[in-house]
Amino acid sequence: MQSLILSHVTKAFGATRALSDVAFAVAPGERVALLGHNGAGKSTLMKIVLGLIGADAGEITVLGAAPGSHAARSATAYLPENVAFHPALTGQEQIRHYLRLRGQDPAQALPLLERVGLADAARRRIGTYSKGMRQRVGLAQALIGRPRLLVLDEPTSGLDPVSRRSFWGILDGLAADGAAILLSSHALTEVEARTDRIVILSHGAMVANDTLAALRRRAALPTHLQITARPGAADEVAAALAGHRLNGVRVDLSCAPGDKLARLGQIAALGPLVEDLELIPPSLDDIYRHFCTEAGS
Amino acid sequence: MSRIFATAASEARIALRNRWVAIAVAMMALFALVLSAAGSGPSGTLGFDRLSVTVASLTSLAVYLVPLMALLMSFDAVAGEVERGTLALALTYPGSRASLLAGKFVAHLGILALAVAVGYGIAALAALAFEARAVAGLAALWRLYWTSLLLGATFLGAGYAVSAWARRPGAAAGMVIGLWLAAVVLYDLGLLAAVVADGGGTFTRHVFPWLVMGNPADAFRLFNLAASGATSAAAGVAGAAGFVPPLQALAWLLLWPFAAFALAIAAFRKVTP
Repeated sequence: MQSLILSHVTKAFGATRALSDVAFAVAPGERVALLGHNGAGKSTLMKIVLGLIGADAGEITVLGAAPGSHAARSATAYLPENVAFHPALTGQEQIRHYLRLRGQDPAQALPLLERVGLADAARRRIGTYSKGMRQRVGLAQALIGRPRLLVLDEPTSGLDPVSRRSFWGILDGLAADGAAILLSSHALTEVEARTDRIVILSHGAMVANDTLAALRRRAALPTHLQITARPGAADEVAAALAGHRLNGVRVDLSCAPGDKLARLGQIAALGPLVEDLELIPPSLDDIYRHFCTEAGS
Repeated sequence: MSRIFATAASEARIALRNRWVAIAVAMMALFALVLSAAGSGPSGTLGFDRLSVTVASLTSLAVYLVPLMALLMSFDAVAGEVERGTLALALTYPGSRASLLAGKFVAHLGILALAVAVGYGIAALAALAFEARAVAGLAALWRLYWTSLLLGATFLGAGYAVSAWARRPGAAAGMVIGLWLAAVVLYDLGLLAAVVADGGGTFTRHVFPWLVMGNPADAFRLFNLAASGATSAAAGVAGAAGFVPPLQALAWLLLWPFAAFALAIAAFRKVTP
């Protein structure tokens, strides 16, 4: 039983195609990252999942119900991008308000704010909060009532490194508890480490939907090898490996995924000429760029 | 129901923090004091008690001030939430759009009720302090009070509709001022000009009553002035009040808030966050 199922979802705004034929699913306990450049259709997709806007074609099932239905809304939490709560209310009052709207005990407001690290500022007006603090108010409201599906639009934007770490910690806990998580982000490095699967949108079309390891295999991008030669031996090493000498001691190589071991063997054979070796697999950045340009051409 | 009250509580708190409550109460109190002082002079010679005369002046004041306060409180209701990005969030919570609007309505109407009560209360106290027979005017004042709330409720609904339609707070603010000017000031002036030109002819007897009912502000004015018998103390369109039965004006006055709120919900349904 999947928490979220999208099949053949299509949406156009006038002549612009926002989404075309998008299909994927999110299982309970799974964290799926939605990637794509600005205007790729991420926010539109999220709004369709939440039932805020309707799709032109395709089917969407949210926790076994229609998007925007009472059943779907009761168990779905949303964190919009750049949300600005009313500056006149305090963080605690705002969360109490959202608790009441969900039919929960307003007394949970303080524990929720504590969970996102805002306990000290709970009684201050949101107008005095920094961007990261406002983002954490948004996160606190998304945690109300043990949601089964979380839709988070750029949840880590504006957060400092410490809050980011605690945010991902909270998310891990939710996923372990069986909540399905769909989030969008531009911070590719943290997505790489903290999500189970990646969906890439490009101009409204889904160009990838897989685990990072599988995407890496499919893209077959070269692995970079950075070799630090012994002083004075850089030219010799570069010649032996047919590589590219970068400076006095460093030689850079890139090799196809299949040649990796053979290349390592060659390097090992050079023995004392090599001082150090760094192996850099293609990053999510590279993979992301690969799938986006592939779709564009 | 609990969702409506949750929204109402937050909205009331916001209005309190934004000093809207203080501004509305102070404005009503100030105007009531000024009118009480102005109305205290000629009352003895006219044969009316002091409070009845004040009620006539308060009616002319309320017809401008109550719609203005209602529109100023309501123009931000939807447009402001769209701009802050909280509307998208609010709509993902359980509960209907109508209940969200109803929550705001309860809070805003409550603030209006408080402000008008303070203003009219001051007027009543001022009259009673000088003249014991002013008690005779209390019924008219009470009638003015609850019809003022009906008028305010109508313009709150109209303000929400404009707010949903405009989508931007700046545009909504401009549009409610335009609405206020058209519905409260220009409409009345236009009718007055037409009645004067017609001189009691077909227009005054057959078209005019419908045009009066077509505007809640005029229905409010006519009902209060006709019912209080203080028509002679008032000028303008009210002079033609004899052509409209007060009960008919009341019926429309009761109908208008529902029509305005229904319009607001219809406009709000069309908003995609």
